[in-house]
Amino acid sequence: MAETTDILVEEPILEVRNLQTSFFTEKFEVKAVDGVNFAVPKGKTLGIVGESGSGKSITSLSILRLIKNPGKIKGGEIIFKGENLLDKTESQMRQIRGNEISMIFQEPMTSLNPVYTVGQQISEAFIIHQNMSKKEAMLRSVEMLELVGIPSPKQRVKQYPHELSGGMRQRVMIAMALACDPELLIADEPTTALDVTIQAQILELMEELQDRLGMSTIMITHDLGVVAETCDYVAVMYMGKVVEYATVKDLFKNPKHPYTVGLLNSLPRHDIDLGEEDLTVIQGSVPAPDQIPEGCRFAPRCPFASDICQERLPHLEQSEDGNQIRCWIYTDEWDGDPEVNVNGKRTS
Amino acid sequence: MFTFIVRRIIQTIPVLIGVTILTFSMMHLIPGDPAQIMAGESASPDQIELMRDRLGLNDPLPVQYFDYIRGVVTGDLGNSIRSGRAVSNEVFLRLRPTIELAVYSTILSVFIGLIAGVFAAVRRGGLADSFVMIVALFGLSLPNFWLGLMLIQYLAIGIDIFGINTGWFAASGWGTWQQQVLPVLTLGTAGAAIIARMTRSSMLEVIDQDYIRTARAKGVKERVVIYRHALKNAMIPVVTVVGLQFGTLLGGAVLTESVFAINGLGRLMVDSIRARDFPIVQGGVLIFALLFVFVNIIVDVLYKFLNKRIDLN
Repeated sequence: MAETTDILVEEPILEVRNLQTSFFTEKFEVKAVDGVNFAVPKGKTLGIVGESGSGKSITSLSILRLIKNPGKIKGGEIIFKGENLLDKTESQMRQIRGNEISMIFQEPMTSLNPVYTVGQQISEAFIIHQNMSKKEAMLRSVEMLELVGIPSPKQRVKQYPHELSGGMRQRVMIAMALACDPELLIADEPTTALDVTIQAQILELMEELQDRLGMSTIMITHDLGVVAETCDYVAVMYMGKVVEYATVKDLFKNPKHPYTVGLLNSLPRHDIDLGEEDLTVIQGSVPAPDQIPEGCRFAPRCPFASDICQERLPHLEQSEDGNQIRCWIYTDEWDGDPEVNVNGKRTS
Repeated sequence: MFTFIVRRIIQTIPVLIGVTILTFSMMHLIPGDPAQIMAGESASPDQIELMRDRLGLNDPLPVQYFDYIRGVVTGDLGNSIRSGRAVSNEVFLRLRPTIELAVYSTILSVFIGLIAGVFAAVRRGGLADSFVMIVALFGLSLPNFWLGLMLIQYLAIGIDIFGINTGWFAASGWGTWQQQVLPVLTLGTAGAAIIARMTRSSMLEVIDQDYIRTARAKGVKERVVIYRHALKNAMIPVVTVVGLQFGTLLGGAVLTESVFAINGLGRLMVDSIRARDFPIVQGGVLIFALLFVFVNIIVDVLYKFLNKRIDLN
């Protein structure tokens, strides 16, 4: 059975097919991204969720081909506007980075260069991609700072990163990423390092700008709350593989993969009272890279795992509603309890 | 910026007071009686006593120190025992070759050190990296005077290779560029090695920083990433080393000037130490200390330019 690649979206701006990125140590190969498929619909937001080490950040860096040694993109296709980014030359990629595809990083405190002013750093994007003069670029930088809601942008543009707060720096990062009007924005945990109140502001800003500029977004996060708030589609990743791909609505209403269910159950909820045991946890932890299970990667931690799960890796399969799931329970080959109940509702 | 420099200059006053105390005590720490040395070996006790009186050695120490300071402040560093001329004159006459030697060597070591360091860092773990680091280790370990002698042997006296004599440069003196090349190489090598190693490790640290990834994600060319985004950050610790290195360089100048027979301050001091002409030695040490302090003020200002996180006030 072939891996499903034609995804429910009619008009994807980005399609990732069977992407494989590995890190090579002297002893073994760590498959950080191990055959990932997903698509980002035009103008929509795709969330990629998973625990630390699930490969979500490496996936995003792979899209821009920013994987450094000893990491390597081993195979697959990254189709952006009909062209495979993995076939591009390095200089063609530079034309795309920061211009057509931009990225925002997790750590606003360390992601800005401490020895250049905010204005110089935003200007650089204009100078590289739009051949602007320094002066012109600086004027546009002021406009960008204004766009991302930084007060007195004319003064701020001359300041150095250490003179700004974390939230301000993340706004600067956003301004820098959006400078050249990208068609795709990759946000790698953009709010993780920020205070909760600032988190909401930044998410709101990103959503507002996305609407205004009509770009597509990949939102990488471990926070399902962020997903619920900002995304249209979600890909759940576990150990370098997508285990579930669905619309946000379906995912929260009817999660299918036991891992997704586990993630959702570990969220604090205020709509139902769980009594003493407020939160449930997913038992165990992500296995070490040299102890990858042979069958389903999640089997050792899965409360429903049966024999077939230990032996063979399930495929990512598309159901009638267009969502995708990588789990034996939803196949004809399922050898466990036929009445298995994954999320509290009958799955039949 | 101006207040920063003024403050920095004021801050050097305690350092300079410390230096004068040290140079002053030299007179009292050297073995033997200065009066005895100055009066000569065949002097009678009366003559020595007269000399003690003239030198003020019978006064209490603090009085002697303040007499000395009064002299230093007014530019009077005493008189040379050998020539009888004013120390300040003798010292300043010899200052120029030493400063030139130190400055050229610094420029050479910064230039070579930075290029080699960045080159090695960008090729981390590769053959080129190992090669540069091994050469740097040699440069660091070679004794200054030995390197000087070898350079004289092979590049001043020269050897014949395929009928070409390699004696391109002069072996002694200071003035023409032929005379300057070998001393500068001799003195600059160790500094270049230290700066290369420092630059490499500093670059390696910076290259892994998040902001370098940000620059790449912006579509910046790799060359620009290295020289604009990384090197400017990596320079910050390197600049400090250059300042400290200058002190070592002045020390090295003493040896280098001796090897190449350059009439600089270093050689003057070596000769004066041999001749027990301690007023000259005192004056020379004081000048060296002043130079070192001055260079480090320049370094601090440079540091401030590079590192925006330092608050001026």
